[in-house]
Amino acid sequence: MKAKRVSAVARKEFLHVLRDWRSLGIGIAIPLVMLFLFGYALTLDVDRVPLVVWDQSQTPASRTFIGGFSASRYFQLVGEAGGYGEIERAIEARRAVIALVVPVDFARGVASGRGSSVQAIIDGSDSNVASYALGYAEGVTRSYSNQVTLDSMRRGGLPQPAAGLDLEPRVWFNSDMESRNYIFPGLIAVVMMVIAALLTSLTVAREWEVGTMEQLIATPVTRGELILGKLIPYFCIGMLDLLLAILVGEFVFDIPMRGQLWLIFASCSVFLAGALSLGMLISIVTKSQFLSSQIALVATMLPAFLLSGFVFPIANMPYPIQLFTHVITARYFVTLLRGIYLKGLGLRLLVGEALFLLAFAALVLTLAHHKLRKKIE
Amino acid sequence: MAPSEAIKTNALQKRFGKVTAVEELSLGVKSGELFGLVGSDGAGKTTTLRMLAGIMDPTGGETLVLGRNMAQEAEEVRGDIGYMSQRFGLYPDLTVLENLRFYADIHMIPARERGGRIDELLGFSNLTPFKERLAGKLSGGMKQKLGLACALVHRPRVLFLDEPTNGVDPVSRRDFWRILHGLLGEGVTILVATAYLDEAERCHRVGLMHRGRLLACDTPKGLKGLMTGGVLEFTTEEPRRAVRLLSADFPSGSVALFGEKLHLYYADDPEEARERAIASLKKAGLEAPRVRQVEPSLEDLFVSLLR
Repeated sequence: MKAKRVSAVARKEFLHVLRDWRSLGIGIAIPLVMLFLFGYALTLDVDRVPLVVWDQSQTPASRTFIGGFSASRYFQLVGEAGGYGEIERAIEARRAVIALVVPVDFARGVASGRGSSVQAIIDGSDSNVASYALGYAEGVTRSYSNQVTLDSMRRGGLPQPAAGLDLEPRVWFNSDMESRNYIFPGLIAVVMMVIAALLTSLTVAREWEVGTMEQLIATPVTRGELILGKLIPYFCIGMLDLLLAILVGEFVFDIPMRGQLWLIFASCSVFLAGALSLGMLISIVTKSQFLSSQIALVATMLPAFLLSGFVFPIANMPYPIQLFTHVITARYFVTLLRGIYLKGLGLRLLVGEALFLLAFAALVLTLAHHKLRKKIE
Repeated sequence: MAPSEAIKTNALQKRFGKVTAVEELSLGVKSGELFGLVGSDGAGKTTTLRMLAGIMDPTGGETLVLGRNMAQEAEEVRGDIGYMSQRFGLYPDLTVLENLRFYADIHMIPARERGGRIDELLGFSNLTPFKERLAGKLSGGMKQKLGLACALVHRPRVLFLDEPTNGVDPVSRRDFWRILHGLLGEGVTILVATAYLDEAERCHRVGLMHRGRLLACDTPKGLKGLMTGGVLEFTTEEPRRAVRLLSADFPSGSVALFGEKLHLYYADDPEEARERAIASLKKAGLEAPRVRQVEPSLEDLFVSLLR
């Protein structure tokens, strides 16, 4: 392995990238677009659920109860209904996701201590939103009835009720429970995986298509020098992408960064080596830019999105698919990034993931070296 | 193998599935020789050159270049071999200078020699004024000269050129051959594949390839000696019609059209052939052609060998 030849190949490859706006686009613009797009759009938090109310009671008590909903950031009162027909139309037209029906005898029931039932009608077609909305509605209702109980005890001169059990939740790592904080580190991993493989998937195939490979294999350049030289520029682009992603996370999305920056860069360089080599391997085997980029997209995009635990928890997947996720490299990088980013974990707790990424990179690189022939078939 | 033999093949064969591209090809090229491999498209020239350059493995036989078997030991002699493929094999998005520098570095030319060597190559290929131009924006002739310059950057001892002047204008072709003859002065062994027979005449020795086989191999003069009989050149008003008429009267392959002139190959008696031809044309109402006996060219030989 001669450094001079490696650097000659790397320099040439840099020039290709600089002179081809498409590869610059793939390398820099697409990752940024993806970060912004998903950073803004991909949120699992449900708030401001549109709500309609049919208040049959029309009393101060019912208005206080409803006020509890409209004051909450989880609900947005979008209208009053005068009957079930109107509720049905509001939900069908998707103006409302949840409807409350307050009965005529609401105030009397509350005042007498008999209690009252309020009906909640929920659009269950999006089960995720529906269950969140239901949970929020129960919470608002519970706090209203606690308040009523306390008030009536105080009025009746009764002593405060003995303290029951009280759950004091304390959320670690992502204390605001912002789903974006959870998604963003994973998003970096997914973007890096897709971009890295896509970039290198073109490089060897292009040399075959343009005809330069025939010239190149007639020179003393070795396979190792060729692969390494071609990896270097894309590695630099990948690292630049990581830097941009961290800056976007810091300054645009306010993602808290608790871990050590060097650890993120170190684990990313190992991950990149594997992802770039995978693209290179695909390029070497197919010898066609079109085929190679398609395969690289399918082989990285789908598993990285669906099976890495980036959005969909692996623990909820059927067992055979859970097993399969063990060979998805993005999964380990997602875990690594989340661990470092949100929990500030050190290498000691993440060494398994890091070792897997290292082994994957070594394996794919070896395969690529083995498959690259300095011969025309 | 004699040490003076830079290139040698023994019963070389290449099959792609059921298609045979090269069959039983044996030839030797002496050190310092300019050897032309001539044949039409699909004759197997490119496949032969690829095997000689060690970038394609034969399915039979062997190739030795500078004493190395190119199927197994190609990497040992890469530094002594220059190869220029038929397709323009340089990076179109790199400039002339960047292409040359890339190949110089790949061949480990030391930094202090690189500049001088590149200037020298730019000079003799007349590319100096275009050194900052992107290779993809060069004319056909300049592309080929750049390709040659890149193949020569490491001063190879053996040079393989695959149809280097294909589609190149006549002036650039002449330039190109001037450069090749200059290289012979440096002792470089050159094997050039070409479909142009006039180029083959500039070679020391020529191998005629057809359908994967070597039909004949000798000096241009010696090859012409292979031709039995001679060539009569006819100049007529209607050469195409004359070809049709004579083809009917003479054995197949005896008549060929070269531009507006018609060549008739005779086996032994020129007078008998001339009279028969004129009579046959007169009978069809064509006016009397001008006829003269000409020296056979390689092209004539090629046509008559394929008869």
